[in-house]
Amino acid sequence: MKTDDLIDRLAAGNVAVPSHAAARRVALALGGGMAVSLALMLVGWGPNPALAQAAGEPVFWAKLMAPLLMVGAAAPLLMRLGRPGMPTASGWIGWALPVIGLWLLALGTGLLALEDGAAGLQGRTWRTCSQSIALLALPVFGAAIWSLRGLAPVRPGWAGAGAGGLAGAAGAAVYALHCPELSAAFVAVWYGVGMALPVVAGALLGPRLLRW
Amino acid sequence: MARTNTHQEAADTPVGVETALHRLLLAGLDGDGVAYRRFLQQLGARLRSFYRRRLPRWPDDVEDLVQETLMAVHRQRHTYRRDQPVTAWVHAIARYKTIDLLRSRQVREALHDPLDDATDILCGTADTDAFEARRDLARLLATLPDRQRLPIEQVKLQGRSVAEVAQSAGMSESAVKVGIHRGLKALAARIAARGSAGGEGPDT
Repeated sequence: MKTDDLIDRLAAGNVAVPSHAAARRVALALGGGMAVSLALMLVGWGPNPALAQAAGEPVFWAKLMAPLLMVGAAAPLLMRLGRPGMPTASGWIGWALPVIGLWLLALGTGLLALEDGAAGLQGRTWRTCSQSIALLALPVFGAAIWSLRGLAPVRPGWAGAGAGGLAGAAGAAVYALHCPELSAAFVAVWYGVGMALPVVAGALLGPRLLRW
Repeated sequence: MARTNTHQEAADTPVGVETALHRLLLAGLDGDGVAYRRFLQQLGARLRSFYRRRLPRWPDDVEDLVQETLMAVHRQRHTYRRDQPVTAWVHAIARYKTIDLLRSRQVREALHDPLDDATDILCGTADTDAFEARRDLARLLATLPDRQRLPIEQVKLQGRSVAEVAQSAGMSESAVKVGIHRGLKALAARIAARGSAGGEGPDT
């Protein structure tokens, strides 16, 4: 086909697009994914029975708020990853800052209480924490990949990693409502691992799932 | 076919091109089909010279890539953010399509070509029709007999004088002139015949 004919065909008909189409798609994916993830946690894990007492502990709020802040940074990052030509470095920094905050908190409290450092790090649930977070990340991961497939990620590996970053943070925030641990060192290490797993998976799967 | 405003070269600086493309695209996204068509035409010309410089070893792929990129731009126009430079957006898409092509051909060494200069799309010349025309002309010329083809090529395309060509080809000057005249007439007839028989091309 001649290029000019192609152009005529593309420009024929209604060429208008609704603004905010991309934002709506990402918001829908995040909302739907997190709802499924929350339901999954309530059915499969159950909320922490001592949630009321835990709410008095600063570590509880740290392990809930840090992932939520990361979700807040990763949602716009995901949109930028789906838009050709948008810089993403600041989005990644915004996503990583709460992790750094958790580590600083862990180091600070660890220095104050060296004797129970190892016990705090292992807690009672260290074997299951990271994989539970990764499992609870799955609904949001699938939804994030779906939303990216409606956009145009020009770096599929990074876009997949971004989907994993959003999903891992969402999974960690949901898991924090089940998790009984109240040691900053525990949260820094095992939540960190749990949130990193979807990022790695997304970086590996992105080039396969996000072709257009 | 009517080609309105393909060569709007008034401001052929990077900033001027960006401004013009941005205005046309925004109008298009708001539903102005005419502006959108002009946007695609200007963009197509930029893309053509961009790809031709990027892929000197694959001249045959240039037009395919131009079309594929235009289709991608069209399909993904909802991913454009209105305050973003159009050229940055298109460049990222063009780069993705280039890598896609190179990867599909398993031509690894070509990936070492730097593809990261967004201003490149701005700097090339806008030759919308020149490439297609040259391709078509070469194909048509090949169908002519030598006594018509050579005079046309040398006088009309290379700009030599009739006397010069007559001497080097061992023809009389009037034979050269007659060859040009008949050859051009034959070309015109072929183009007309093709135009009426052509219609819709195969979808790519």
